[in-house]
Amino acid sequence: MKRTCPLLSVQPVRGLVDEKFQFVVTNLPPNQKVTLHSLHQSDDKDFWEAFGHYVSDEHGSVTGFKHESLGGTYEGTEPMGLLWSMRPIPGSRHGLRLRKRDIFRPMEVCISVYSGHLFQGFSQQTPLTTSVTERWYVAPGVKRVNIRKKEIRGTLFLPPGPGPYPGVLDLWGAGGGLVEYRSALLASHGFASMALEYLAPEDLRLEDTDASYFEKAYQILKNHPMVKKDHLAVLGLCLGGAITLSMVSYSKVIKCCVCISGSHLMPVDKSLSELFEEMKNFESLSNHMFSANANHLLKCTQVGRIKCPLLLVNGDDDQTIPAVESAEDMAMMMEKAGNRHLLEILTYPDAGHLIEPPYSPHFRATNYKLEWTKERIVMLWGGQTKPHAYAQEDAWKKILAFLWQHLSAPVTSF
Amino acid sequence: MYSLYRSMSTQKRTCPLLSVQPVRGLVDEKFQFVVTNLPPNQKVTLHSLHQSDDKDFWEAFGHYVSDEHGSVTGFKHESLGGTYEGTEPMGLLWSMRPIPGSRHGLRLRKRDIFRPMEVCISVYSGHLFQGFSQQTPLTTSVTERWYVAPGVKRVNIRKKEIRGTLFLPPGPGPYPGVLDLWGAGGGLVEYRSALLASHGFASMALEYLAPEDLRLEDTDASYFEKAYQILKNHPMVKKDHLAVLGLCLGGAITLSMVSYSKVIKPQCCVCISGSHLMPVDKSLSELFEEMKNHADKLYVNENNQVIHRNLILSLTCQSAKVDVGRIKCPLLLVNGDDDQTIPAVESAEDMAMMMEKAGNRHLLEILTYPDAGHLIEPPYSPHFRATNYKLEWTKERIVMLWGGQTKPHAYAQEDAWKKILAFLWQHLSAPVTSF
Repeated sequence: MKRTCPLLSVQPVRGLVDEKFQFVVTNLPPNQKVTLHSLHQSDDKDFWEAFGHYVSDEHGSVTGFKHESLGGTYEGTEPMGLLWSMRPIPGSRHGLRLRKRDIFRPMEVCISVYSGHLFQGFSQQTPLTTSVTERWYVAPGVKRVNIRKKEIRGTLFLPPGPGPYPGVLDLWGAGGGLVEYRSALLASHGFASMALEYLAPEDLRLEDTDASYFEKAYQILKNHPMVKKDHLAVLGLCLGGAITLSMVSYSKVIKCCVCISGSHLMPVDKSLSELFEEMKNFESLSNHMFSANANHLLKCTQVGRIKCPLLLVNGDDDQTIPAVESAEDMAMMMEKAGNRHLLEILTYPDAGHLIEPPYSPHFRATNYKLEWTKERIVMLWGGQTKPHAYAQEDAWKKILAFLWQHLSAPVTSF
Repeated sequence: MYSLYRSMSTQKRTCPLLSVQPVRGLVDEKFQFVVTNLPPNQKVTLHSLHQSDDKDFWEAFGHYVSDEHGSVTGFKHESLGGTYEGTEPMGLLWSMRPIPGSRHGLRLRKRDIFRPMEVCISVYSGHLFQGFSQQTPLTTSVTERWYVAPGVKRVNIRKKEIRGTLFLPPGPGPYPGVLDLWGAGGGLVEYRSALLASHGFASMALEYLAPEDLRLEDTDASYFEKAYQILKNHPMVKKDHLAVLGLCLGGAITLSMVSYSKVIKPQCCVCISGSHLMPVDKSLSELFEEMKNHADKLYVNENNQVIHRNLILSLTCQSAKVDVGRIKCPLLLVNGDDDQTIPAVESAEDMAMMMEKAGNRHLLEILTYPDAGHLIEPPYSPHFRATNYKLEWTKERIVMLWGGQTKPHAYAQEDAWKKILAFLWQHLSAPVTSF
């Protein structure tokens, strides 16, 4: 064809956030330096960007899955680097974290090709060509159900179709709020997933939030007509992971659980306010861990009692929770108790604490409000960008496979 | 992507799984479906369901038998019956028809361009022909079909009496432009322009049949020239990279303009299911008067469907034809040989002879699709052999026979669209950008 201006193709133009995309630039002059640039405006109105430096081949093409980025915010043959290496644009507020609030609208990412190898000033240049791709947390047909039963507050996401579905109780960490995006994504993969808000939602006080709150939430999920009551999992990150371990060590009915960046050193056997009081007393959990106090076992969740498969997902550069050390201690406890065969540990080198769904940008440190003091700090989560991105991608595949394996349904009669 | 992991870890997973990819695609993209975890050699029905913007329900279905692995794969296995047959996964869209009990003579057209068409695809046990809503499917997936790619922008065009919608691709522009003309059904029909913009063209859908206060008596060549100028002069449009594309009456207008107008001089043009026997050299009301004069040539068949083509044929006389020998740019004609509305194939043959005599035959390319009808729409749109229609010159409500058989018509839509896009890209290419 005679078409001679550069052409950028990004496929798919609309994908789920855990799907890869591919980009191909054609019709460039050969051996031309270009910059691939991604730009996204978050729900909070901040701008995020990433970029890679490429050189077109002898045909005048740059192909994401074949060619290497030679510099920028990511390097190597890493087309998804345009997402996972995103960072706030120069001049942004500090300590930002990118999280989707409006689940039913996609993340719009504008991908452009610029002439030359640029590091800045993208908004003052006219790109050669631009394409827009959408990244969705929900598959078509996923339904959202508000859960407001007495004090229990959450959101249930249901896959399309007649159901019923295996269920997942989805617990986030001490940042609080009602965080929906992971549950929406789980529903897009066939699970009825309930995101639970447990840190003082509305009128509920921390003093009244104890194990019974989570048990009630679990029952709501279990008894929902669209949920297969004998095919339930609990999945939690950080404090949510600690809660998961506590719940599952007393349960006979949970089929499996996943604990991401969590620890057994924070047993939730009393109210959350008492747990937070206790945490105020420790300089760090690691100190607690290695305390000479022979009775430290009593202060841990009794993981020797767990009766279902447990998957631990950890980054070895986690600066927030001693997840790797906790996992080793849990393995020893379970060895002693005879249930070690239930445990699977995934440890990712140079990954940090916030192991999120794939291709989410990596945050080494962000603004945070400490729950037990209400102090505003900058929390160091840890991790290096590329290994952390790898961890997110690999862990998510394995978490989904683990859930499918243990929550499989019986044969439907024909 | 994760469907692969699901099958890999199916050791204990035993309920049927349906994967449709992509879950969100443009309307002219194919999708693939795979059903797994069925018992082997099991009869199943794949069923699609869609509720239109008009709230009618449309469905299609294919009868399959799972293989020895308990799978049904759209691009490998044949449908043995239903609304489509053969190895035709897209049959779940192009063979759609209104569900039993629907109103008659319906046509499926997207009005709300920025919301997708949602199609619910389900797997039922056995080979069903009806009663889908009374059965529980084994599994369901929902796929979205979009007329717009992300980032496409919509610009309302309201300049004096000119009424249209301009769709712009994402990015800095400027872009090659297309003036997009529909037929005598009227209204402002946007979906094809939205799709063209999704493929890199600044495309303007024009409303020309009495929009708001404009009278048919005042709608003549100057209306189209003004519209063309608006497109040409838009800052996001490359003024020397323009095309005109029209269907039916829009195609006739395209031929007239491109032959006679001193203003409309595009780099190429496309005429779908059109004819040079309807010159638009005067106002539209006069054209319609002429057509009323030949109304006795409208034929109504035993199904009470109106066949319009003979009326157009009866307009034949030398002076009333568009003088296509004057055309100076490449012209692509797209026709179905079972077109019952316009004698498109006969017109194309006559145009070829005229252009041969005039020495510009080399500009003409003709695509003729066997057993395709009049409404050659973007790919995978359902085929309508006959639908409700309001005759513009009498305001009479009839059932218009468009023609075509479903499978060949679907093939025509798919092949024609690819060729139309390739034709536009070829003739509207831009100069090398300086580095």
